[in-house]
Amino acid sequence: MDLKSLTIDAARSAVQERRITAVELAEAHYARIQKEDGQIAAFLTLSKERALEQADRMDRMAAEGKPLPPLGGVPVGIKDVMSTRGVRTTAGSRILDRYVPAYDCTAVARMEAAGAVVLGKMNCDEFAMGSSNENSGYHPVRNPRDLSRVPGGSSGGSAAAVAADMAVVTLGSDTGGSIRQPASFCGVVGMMPTYGRVSRYGLIAFASSLDHIGPLAKTVKDAATVLRTIAGRDPMDSTSAEVPVPDYVAELEKPVRGLKLGVPKEYFGDGLDGEVRQAVEAAIGRLQGLGCEIVPLSLPHTPYAIPAYYLIATAEASSNLARYDGVRYGQRARGVKTLSEMYRRSRDQGFGAEVKRRIMLGTYALSAGYYDAYYLKAQKVRTLLTRDFEEAFRKVDAMVTPTSPTAAFRLGEKSNDPLSMYLADIYTVTADLAGIPGISIPCGETQEKLPIGLQILGKHFDEATVLGIAHAYEQAQS
Amino acid sequence: MKVTEQDVAYVAELANLDLSDEERRAMLRDLNSILDYVDRLNELDTADVPPMAQVSERYGAGQAKQGSERFAYARRADMVAGLRKSLPRAEALANAPDADEEFFRVPKVIER
Repeated sequence: MDLKSLTIDAARSAVQERRITAVELAEAHYARIQKEDGQIAAFLTLSKERALEQADRMDRMAAEGKPLPPLGGVPVGIKDVMSTRGVRTTAGSRILDRYVPAYDCTAVARMEAAGAVVLGKMNCDEFAMGSSNENSGYHPVRNPRDLSRVPGGSSGGSAAAVAADMAVVTLGSDTGGSIRQPASFCGVVGMMPTYGRVSRYGLIAFASSLDHIGPLAKTVKDAATVLRTIAGRDPMDSTSAEVPVPDYVAELEKPVRGLKLGVPKEYFGDGLDGEVRQAVEAAIGRLQGLGCEIVPLSLPHTPYAIPAYYLIATAEASSNLARYDGVRYGQRARGVKTLSEMYRRSRDQGFGAEVKRRIMLGTYALSAGYYDAYYLKAQKVRTLLTRDFEEAFRKVDAMVTPTSPTAAFRLGEKSNDPLSMYLADIYTVTADLAGIPGISIPCGETQEKLPIGLQILGKHFDEATVLGIAHAYEQAQS
Repeated sequence: MKVTEQDVAYVAELANLDLSDEERRAMLRDLNSILDYVDRLNELDTADVPPMAQVSERYGAGQAKQGSERFAYARRADMVAGLRKSLPRAEALANAPDADEEFFRVPKVIER
């Protein structure tokens, strides 16, 4: 079976109609992983036993002529920040090198209940902190489109696996752009739903008010299918919203003619690479050709998003990562004499440089005497940023922007300057701060054949409109 | 605001991180560079702006309700095994670096 461009429908129907078994399909993906992943390093752990058990279950259903669930037999990958019962989960960190969770992340459980075959756990930046997957405690991930370049981060492994056809879809997480940016660098679809749309139960926390789980896929329809599977209220996550889940797949074909698309000028300023600008502007032109009305507008607080984000996210992270103390799980330093020494040495040995930097920054921002000037100030700016969006969404139905100021950069290019790496998130962090949904879809390539991503942002809980516009664009391209 | 070596030492203690001398030097440089950049937030007058801790305050079910009633759906009865059963002890101890059959084992807390 040709794995290239294999979608959920194609995989599932092949298994249902018994043209291939789910076991054969899983094995074909493992063969591909064996062949390609040595260079890419998208996977940290393979879960063959679990995958083949599930695949076998799907095959028995198909043999009995029973209809398979929506993701029946579909090989998927799960970013290693999501807990999988009985399968090693590291969050990309050495401090959890041998951690085996006793429970499943809700999103994973829902994928499996829908028949998905979990091939393994995807490499990522340590604790989801990074924009290039170079901060993995294990190995950096390489971009399948150009192995000398980064796949983006922090869901670099998730994006690379889909781009290299090592999985049909993957789950990633997005706190400052970590689904959308790697999707744009690798030339795949990546969607971040509204905050609270998908339960965070079982997602190893980075920043609790900013973390989101979402799909990476080859097509918008596949992203919609996964979203429909994982979204919805979960009593185990009190921040998961009590909002009904529409049939995102059925809503894809709704006409986009007449929709108003905002183009915020702050996303088209100086830092934007010329080729990216060209591709995105052409894409906007095509959307206009489909009958959308283009509305220039301004989101004036955009320049303050990165500083606000790096205070809020690091502050929340410093609190969330306090649990890694060597007591109940994770690596514990040897040869320590006191409890206090155990905490410090375990953490110092187990955490990488970027994680330590963010913990330090966050702790500082929350410390007595600085809390008001930093953390509280950032929270107020967050309100202003959210109001910008709410104001704009009174006039438009969605917004279109570039996903990232550049295409994929080279490995090592930004790793010496943390601030320059942070600025790569400039177009994505705003959505995380405001809690609105956003998708990145491929919209062209640079001269060097590097993928360029178009970002579509929508109103809270209006994933249907975001997906609809993305789908219409994608269909018009083929 | 400028971060000093003492600040780095103090924050490292709060964060329970045992940084090496080289790490401390790099941290001093990086923190100053980042804090210098985030200082631009002071260009904004936020005197009358309420802080936003949680996006879900602004949307979601029960918009018509007030205060904590808006999130009543997230509550459950206060009972043992309310949402699910507790982990069996052996499972809970399975990832422990050091444990006996009942407890996680850690070094003594020694008074200075």
